[in-house]
Amino acid sequence: MSLRWEPRVVAVCAVLVAFALGAAVSVVGSGDFPVSAAEVAGVLTGRGDRATEFIVLTLRLPRALTGLLAGAALGLSGAVFQSITRNPLGSPDIIGFTTGSATGALLQILVIGGGAAAVAAGSVLGAVLTALAVYLVAYRGGVHGYRLVLVGVAAAAMLEAFNAYLVTRAELREAYEAAFWLTGSLNGRGWQHAWPLALALAVLVPAALAFGGRLRMGELGDDAAQALGVPVQRTRTALVVIGVGLVAVATAAVGPVPFVALAAPQLARGLTRKPGTQLVPAMLMGATLLVLSDLVTLHLPVAVPVGVVTGVLGGVYLVWLLSTEGGRGRA
Amino acid sequence: MPPPVKSAYLARRLAGLCLLGGVLLLAVLAGIVIGAKQIPLDQALAGVFSPDGSENALIIQELRLPRTLLGVAVGAALGLAGALMQALTRNPLAEPGLLGVNGGAAVAVVTVIGLFRVDDVLVYVWAAFLGAAGAALLVYLIGSRGRSGATPARLVLAGAGINAVFSSLTAGMMLISPRSFNGFRFWQVGSLSGRDLALFVRIGPFLLAGTVLALLLARPLNALALGEDTGRALGARPGRTRALGALAIVVLCGAATAAVGPIAFVGLAVPFLVRALVGPDQRWVLPYSLLLAPVLLLAADVIGRVVAAPGELETGIVTAFLGAPLLALMVRRGRVPQL
Repeated sequence: MSLRWEPRVVAVCAVLVAFALGAAVSVVGSGDFPVSAAEVAGVLTGRGDRATEFIVLTLRLPRALTGLLAGAALGLSGAVFQSITRNPLGSPDIIGFTTGSATGALLQILVIGGGAAAVAAGSVLGAVLTALAVYLVAYRGGVHGYRLVLVGVAAAAMLEAFNAYLVTRAELREAYEAAFWLTGSLNGRGWQHAWPLALALAVLVPAALAFGGRLRMGELGDDAAQALGVPVQRTRTALVVIGVGLVAVATAAVGPVPFVALAAPQLARGLTRKPGTQLVPAMLMGATLLVLSDLVTLHLPVAVPVGVVTGVLGGVYLVWLLSTEGGRGRA
Repeated sequence: MPPPVKSAYLARRLAGLCLLGGVLLLAVLAGIVIGAKQIPLDQALAGVFSPDGSENALIIQELRLPRTLLGVAVGAALGLAGALMQALTRNPLAEPGLLGVNGGAAVAVVTVIGLFRVDDVLVYVWAAFLGAAGAALLVYLIGSRGRSGATPARLVLAGAGINAVFSSLTAGMMLISPRSFNGFRFWQVGSLSGRDLALFVRIGPFLLAGTVLALLLARPLNALALGEDTGRALGARPGRTRALGALAIVVLCGAATAAVGPIAFVGLAVPFLVRALVGPDQRWVLPYSLLLAPVLLLAADVIGRVVAAPGELETGIVTAFLGAPLLALMVRRGRVPQL
């Protein structure tokens, strides 16, 4: 792993970690029964009263953790895919994996009528099957990043149309439930969401980071990377598997939260002011973005799911970065 | 000046264009003849040119003719707008909606349904057009701020950002008000059904103006494709070309989206397929896109009417199912010219 720890990158990472954790603590503290940061710390070190302990440990902590982990997964997978495809639009939202995952879940909600666990399973299955189909269609003696993106875009268009079809044909109430899930939400997330996510990330994140250096060389182009001794095809296959895994588990937990995967790597690049893909900053940025957005939803006068806020927050921030010449946005 | 074109090459390209025009004509005929009720060709033509008040003539005049004309106009607009967008951003993944057109139109429509409790298609049209134009202006201004001007990557990112903001606002408004959700879920698939001739007359001038502007830009866009500096050295004016191109996209795609709702994918796939056929020369890409896109849209419309008869499948859904496998097949064959 050839990560050189440059001061600016380290500083950016430290600030992002601080923001993410601060926001997570505020999420735990916010609600009908406010809990101060000191009380949260007290519960976590085993010195809280029982009521506070119940609220923090059972109700709110898993939600905050799910947000952190899902955000990290989305940011990281966005960085992986944008790097493989060498295109800022090559995020999993655009090349169909998130859409496929939504299709799986929609089929569960609208057609089969399964519960929360079935919906999560459907979404993982949807993402994996879509990725497999896209990969097989794009495979011709190896997978070229550009071909992968284009086939993915085609798959995304079909699945998007199919999703819209499902939503227009459903009863209003069920369609509304589906639309809510499709926006991405952290409401009512418990340990049953946080644990599987944590386990999956414990495997996928180190795997992604281990390929980090090769990823950077892959951005030089297939020929150059090959010349530098990177097994291009094998690396790409492994990275696609890792990236799809990250999207699948995140979507299963929180729904297809829009824009985090697309924006986080670009925002991280704008902040670190370094060319090339920054896996760790992108991951931290994803976590920060999702938890901050969740914090905002908790303090809004109307109840909206977190996906509504990530788009607004991430979009405005990206636009602001662009207009201050910070994010040069490299294709 | 472009290099002198060999006459055989020119003849082949022109023949292809004529062939495509013929296919479009066939698609138009199919759009008029085929439907929940089949109408024989002679009666259909009589219904178009000398309506005699019979049931068939009424179906043609009131239903099939308006939606077919609208399909041709909207399809052409989407194809052209897509070709322009990909040329301007030099990104084959760019589609006209990336300029914020669809997002802006959606916010406007959902606001009109939710806040003002309107459900009149003509009101939707103007709201959507204003929303689209406003959003595109915003994207362009943000994308072109700063020293480097409206570079392709900045435009793409600004468009993605603004689109995300708008679609989130749309989702928020939809989820707060089930009423606007119910109206919106049908608008958002995009459909040619239930549109009358008055609508075509109203958006026609916009589409015509946009088409002329787009076709005039073919030559400057070719210069732009050589890269910023080379283009400038050859006497191109990148800033002006981009601004005019963006204007044409807004007029074309804005009017099209306003008329029939967001029809995704036509603007993305058609220019792509066309480049695989004729290469990167915009003087051919633009007219070919202009003719191929309505063929796809009309075919989708006819298929949507046939497979789900007596009901129908929305055009926006069928276009994706027609265009996507075509695109995937093309990519697999390796015929993917880079921009």
